[in-house]
Amino acid sequence: MSKKAKLETVDNVTIRFAGDSGDGMQLSGGRFTQTSAIMGNDLSTLPDFPAEIRAPAGSLAGVSSFQIHFSSQEIHTPGEKPDVLVAMNPAALKVHLKDLTPGGALIINKNAFTNKNLKLAGYDSDPTEDGSLEDYYSTHFIEMSKMVELACEGIDLSPKLIDRTKNLCALGVLFWMYDRPLEPTIDWLNKKFKSKPDVVEANVRALNTGYNYGDTAEIFTTRYVVKKAKLAPGKYRNINGTLATCLGLLTAVEKSKLSLTFAGYPITPASNILHTLSNWKRFGVKTYQAEDEIAGIGAALGASYGGSLGVTASSGPGIALKGEFLGLAVITELPLVVINVQRGGPSTGLPTKTEQSDLFQAVYGRNGEAPMPVIAAATPGDCYYTAYEACRMAVKYMTPVMMLSDGYLVNGSEPWIIPNPDEMNDFDAGFVKENLTDEQYLPYKRNKETLARGWAIPGTKGLEHRIGGIEKQDVTGNVNYDSDNHEKMVQIRAQKVANIANELPPTEIFGEKKGALLILSWGSTHGACKAATESLLEEGLKVAHVSIRWISPLPKDLKDILSNYKKILMPEINTGQFRQMIRAEFLVDAIGLNEVQGKPLGASTIVAKAKEIINE
Amino acid sequence: MSDKPLLKKADFQSDQAIRWCPGCGDYAILAQTQKTFPEITEKKEDTVFISGIGCSSRFPYYMNTFGFHTIHGRAPTIASGLKMANPELSVWLVTGDGDGFSIGGNHMIHLLRRNVDINVMLFNNRIYGLTKGQYSPTSEQGKVTYSTPMGSIDYPFKPTKLALGAEASFVAKTIDKELKHLQAMIKRANSHKGTSFIEIYQNCNIFNDGAFSHLTDRDTKEEQLLRLEDGEPMIFGAEKNKGIYLDGTSPKVVQIGKDYSIDDIVVHNEKDRFIGDMLANFTSSEEFPEPVGVLYCKERPSYDELMEAQMKEAQKDSKKAKGLHELLNAGDTWEVK
Repeated sequence: MSKKAKLETVDNVTIRFAGDSGDGMQLSGGRFTQTSAIMGNDLSTLPDFPAEIRAPAGSLAGVSSFQIHFSSQEIHTPGEKPDVLVAMNPAALKVHLKDLTPGGALIINKNAFTNKNLKLAGYDSDPTEDGSLEDYYSTHFIEMSKMVELACEGIDLSPKLIDRTKNLCALGVLFWMYDRPLEPTIDWLNKKFKSKPDVVEANVRALNTGYNYGDTAEIFTTRYVVKKAKLAPGKYRNINGTLATCLGLLTAVEKSKLSLTFAGYPITPASNILHTLSNWKRFGVKTYQAEDEIAGIGAALGASYGGSLGVTASSGPGIALKGEFLGLAVITELPLVVINVQRGGPSTGLPTKTEQSDLFQAVYGRNGEAPMPVIAAATPGDCYYTAYEACRMAVKYMTPVMMLSDGYLVNGSEPWIIPNPDEMNDFDAGFVKENLTDEQYLPYKRNKETLARGWAIPGTKGLEHRIGGIEKQDVTGNVNYDSDNHEKMVQIRAQKVANIANELPPTEIFGEKKGALLILSWGSTHGACKAATESLLEEGLKVAHVSIRWISPLPKDLKDILSNYKKILMPEINTGQFRQMIRAEFLVDAIGLNEVQGKPLGASTIVAKAKEIINE
Repeated sequence: MSDKPLLKKADFQSDQAIRWCPGCGDYAILAQTQKTFPEITEKKEDTVFISGIGCSSRFPYYMNTFGFHTIHGRAPTIASGLKMANPELSVWLVTGDGDGFSIGGNHMIHLLRRNVDINVMLFNNRIYGLTKGQYSPTSEQGKVTYSTPMGSIDYPFKPTKLALGAEASFVAKTIDKELKHLQAMIKRANSHKGTSFIEIYQNCNIFNDGAFSHLTDRDTKEEQLLRLEDGEPMIFGAEKNKGIYLDGTSPKVVQIGKDYSIDDIVVHNEKDRFIGDMLANFTSSEEFPEPVGVLYCKERPSYDELMEAQMKEAQKDSKKAKGLHELLNAGDTWEVK
């Protein structure tokens, strides 16, 4: 431990690692996250990377970043303004410096500040030389490239590969600053590069170099301690939304004794669901990379028709292509789970950035009267429960279900109490049993309570019947164009979806049960809204937060809840889609807080808006 | 299968009134299918007919098996998913030239290349019937329709050629009026493991009447049809006196007798891709007869077989019972007390 640097305890820290796409910033951030998780901090992360796989090196377009917010208290967001910015090149500095807290720590790889890189980033003079930074930030210009080059002397790797270890050097500096152990990262390197001992050695040396630099260079005056957070007791792991979603799907099929068939087409940011599930064949999961988005949902629906649970995942543009099949799933009343990992739109929009702008598409985006349940995940870990619930309702009510997550949820991560699947409810696929009578099977005969029709799968004797996209006669399922029958079927399909509300648990209210302001959110703005509410409650304001999970159907108690507050604030990363729905449904004058900047909403923005409304 | 069929044609007839136009070629195809099925299956509950949209796609409603009338062009996707979920099923796909090769062209080529064990019946009437008479991707150039008052300027596909280009493992062609031949092709498709593609020339007597009359009229058809038999020379004509001769790699029609003997005629080999491609090229040509029968048939592992093999391989050593717990607890974990 350093002799000079004093140790200071802090509650909350936000660090942003930023560099070129090839600089390994996601890796550095990921390892810092994992180590902080093991140390018992609460945390939340926000990876942010360009849509281009390798934008020109050193360019502004090629900057990739990873932000982690960790704390000794419970936190809900990846943080807003970082306390520490690691900038591995001039472009990263140019893009991210504006966000750094005044007086924050700025850690720079000095060797990357070459004339070429400075020019690419649009700097006229070198900010590490012209004195423009020192007055505002605690600056540390470290010759990382040079240091790793020296440290890795004697290792038989190309200079290019050795230079790549500078991200571990930066990580080492941060580990020293925040008093974190190196062992978990060294263990991880050993596993990850098992067959390449030279690569392990180079990375370990780079990591140690960074750490020792902090210890001995005497340029840092303070080290910080972030103590364990007081989290609910239990066994934890760190989880991102993609893995949580896949685990939720797997739990659902284990609890229902169904098989899982996933069919999808590559699209950012949903592809990782396909990748993850493709590795789970040993659990009986079948995956299918379809020729296009339409084939993805078609194969999933075909699998459901055959008695497997069909699931597909995509993002906005892909969901648009799947629209006609959603209508077919609605009219044929087959179970199907469609996951929309939302990203910035319209069209190709911002493929790697987050947004909540597909809500209308999810709720209304089909031809005809085609109601469909829509469920939204609130946090990365919540994707697990949301995916499980989507599957359960799809099977129980014989309906397609849309699950909404977004780029922030699937790529972001948080510590997560590992659920015990034995405690999750079993549910029965309830396939119709064989019919040995001479009577024709009636495919549209319904369960009286749920209104779901039977799941009669091919291969079952005596159940031969025909389904399809043409309107069907109630009960018999025969093609039928009669006007009264059509209206009746439209109403039945709507009622069936509405019936899901009968089994939703009471809506949780965080904060005051009655008061001046209700902050109403859905999806990934949950964390920022909750953090804002905590802060407002601490100031003694009569506020509450409600996070909506089922958007269609809405919970039955929502109307009463809304009536208990003078004002309603609805923060969304769109121009007010859920607000329009709430206003239309309940005739309340909800106020919007809307940003569409491709990134999560900040809690401080919500706090400011809430105060403005309360003080009006 | 026992020698005597357990089921009868009537067992495959549903109780729904058939709504095709009187005189439509679809009736004959439906009848031959219902007639053939007792010979190829004892379990109608294992049979599934899947279709897209169009006149031909109403087919599943009339078969008393499982049936799914899906959406335009997308039947191959549903059929592929179904076969993945339950490889034991006998899956039949009914489509048309618009459904299968226009709006659904992408799915069709990918189905064929994957070689999912599905039987495709393409009803090719070279017209859009259900939307009342627009040209299709198999309509001949110059065709005057509601959407092409000055004649179509689109150049048509040859479906068998496209199927071969998409790496189909079984490609056959037949005609709605060739009842016995149609039955034989259905049986051949059924026994082929992998995607079986049968193109059926079908007359639309309302919007494209007589499109295939030269192949069905008693007076002309034997001069026009090349009836393919594996291992037999490619001879045709009412007098069986014409044949296909290969001049290098160029086929030509020759008279058997004076300059050419039967020994000079190409012998059909269903497994020979070169022959398959050549025959597909004969489609609608001025110079060559129209081949009917199996153009190409060579088995390779089907998609569903390969998938089952991978699933089996992956599950070889796993203990599924604790799989979920193991996955949930994977990686770094820690206790908070």
